[in-house]
Amino acid sequence: MSMGLLRLLRGNKASAPVARERLQILLAHERGMRGQPDLLGVLREEILAVVSKHVMLDPTKVIVRLERGDEVSTLEVDIEVPNDFERKKVAVA
Amino acid sequence: MAKVLVVTSGKGGVGKTTTTAALGAALAQRGDKVVVVDFDVGLRNLDLVMGAERRVVFDLINVVQGVAKLPQALIKDKRLENLWLLPASQTRDKDALTEEGVGKVIEDLRARFDWVICDSPAGIERGASMAMRFADEAVIVTNPEVSSVRDSDRIIGMLDSKTVRAEKGERVEKHILITRYDPSRAARGEMLTIEDILEILATPLLGIIPESQDVLRASNVGTPVTLSNADGAPARAYIDAARRLCGDTVPMQVPTERKGFIDRLLRRRAA
Repeated sequence: MSMGLLRLLRGNKASAPVARERLQILLAHERGMRGQPDLLGVLREEILAVVSKHVMLDPTKVIVRLERGDEVSTLEVDIEVPNDFERKKVAVA
Repeated sequence: MAKVLVVTSGKGGVGKTTTTAALGAALAQRGDKVVVVDFDVGLRNLDLVMGAERRVVFDLINVVQGVAKLPQALIKDKRLENLWLLPASQTRDKDALTEEGVGKVIEDLRARFDWVICDSPAGIERGASMAMRFADEAVIVTNPEVSSVRDSDRIIGMLDSKTVRAEKGERVEKHILITRYDPSRAARGEMLTIEDILEILATPLLGIIPESQDVLRASNVGTPVTLSNADGAPARAYIDAARRLCGDTVPMQVPTERKGFIDRLLRRRAA
């Protein structure tokens, strides 16, 4: 089958250059991380430790997301805090 | 001087076992004494690809644990005088591969053979790290595809830090072997090019093995592809790669598109 014609009809571009670029960006990042502690893991642990000093936490209700951008990256920590946390805290104490 | 060569990749299904069998047979055909060692404990397959699956009595872990002596576990190839196989265990788990035990086996093999070729399992766990641990050289099998290239990069990082040589401040000599290369897809810009892969991985090229029916046919009948169809494109590419491993200078053959009649007809109409 003539893929050239198919590609022309679909308006697709060759995908190999995209693969190359994605790999170069990813590997530059991964090589930099090699041997480094897992930043995301460390942040998650420490943030949880701080918050749980004050609030009873269900560790399964904590969601950590990372979005890597060209210029900046964002770390999103989503902690579900029950509305009656004050009472629970008192009960524990 | 014996050389320990690990065939590795990180990613599964890229052709490590096929490559181990083919390079082992090609080196043995040159007259070198070769042993191929299966490190894929629990999922052994090198015995099957080599056509020796019904002759396995003892395995690598039996030798590591001292249950069997090395000569008892080595299986001599029926076709090539100089080729031997040390199979992996099918049942025991990878934790049985102790560094001390593996080191001792590799040392014994060095004394008996010119080439000790270690077929690594996929992944980066114990089996893979033990397969590369004592290597002098490494063949990193890579498909022209993003996930395979990424995993190869990871494996290169391990070869440069987690091997005995690396820890002594020496180098493991690394080679990229590109397998399953499809010239028609490359021509259409659908596949990472050889240049892209070599630039990204910054490692020299050992050879390019074209995608071919020969490879499946060879494993079906349990014969290394260099023996089953010695004139085929993959066999020739593997034989050239083996020569390069021995230090010969062999011009690199980049597989080119072989157009079928229908394909040419359609292409002409499309143009």
